[in-house]
Amino acid sequence: MTLTLNHYLLVSGLLFSIGFAGVLLRRNIIIIFMCLELMLNAANLSLVAFSRFNVGADGLPNFNAQVLTFFIITVAAAEVAVGLAIIVALYRARQTTHVEDITTLKF
Amino acid sequence: MNPILFYLFSILMLGFGIAVVANRSPVASAMSLVVSFFCLAALYVGLDAYFLASIQVVVYAGAVMVLFLFIIMLLDLKAEQRRKFNKLAIGGGALVALAFAAQLLGVLGGHPRGDKPFPELKLPIGESLNDLQHVGETLFSLHTLPFQIIGVLILVATIGVIVISKRELK
Repeated sequence: MTLTLNHYLLVSGLLFSIGFAGVLLRRNIIIIFMCLELMLNAANLSLVAFSRFNVGADGLPNFNAQVLTFFIITVAAAEVAVGLAIIVALYRARQTTHVEDITTLKF
Repeated sequence: MNPILFYLFSILMLGFGIAVVANRSPVASAMSLVVSFFCLAALYVGLDAYFLASIQVVVYAGAVMVLFLFIIMLLDLKAEQRRKFNKLAIGGGALVALAFAAQLLGVLGGHPRGDKPFPELKLPIGESLNDLQHVGETLFSLHTLPFQIIGVLILVATIGVIVISKRELK
């Protein structure tokens, strides 16, 4: 029983679906934000698996994918900082983190 | 990677991922997310990405989750009260996610190119993979422009957070 690329892609896809379900099901903004992080990490896992799968002529993994993952982690950290600042500002204005109480932009 | 370790860490990761969605209390969700990130770092180690594994632990499980817990405790969020469920939204959300997972299974079932074991790394005798050096060389030779753009992005994010956090927006 050896591991194949499809094993990792399947785990990554399932993690993405869990995050996706969380974004659709939960009504608390902070939990929705955590599920977004889960989805980003699922993408990272598949990138790292592809990097290890595509061993080049020099016998090393493809490091471009790992650099891309590094960039994704950096952008995600910046995104968390800005997003949480927005949530705090929203909480100060409305005293709620519940998405159903925030309907100003609702069609 | 040892298949047993792979299955152990994947199941742990997915299980705690489900716990993030299912937990009612935000603090419990955040703690589950930390465990999930640690298991993901273990999977990275299994894929010979030691640098990314350490970054995952330091940045995600460390900095980002501390920020999350800090905000949860600052806002003093209690466990969500049971509100009346919007059955249509819950059913629709679960349906979309399940349809996505089923679609994925179908695609991966007919994907023979990925159905091969991972090739062996060819390393000089007696040396282990120095992936930090290779990531650094790739980053600073091929991807210098994105690296500088990321630097500007972080600066913008820092300034943006300060502006958003100001009490009075003028």
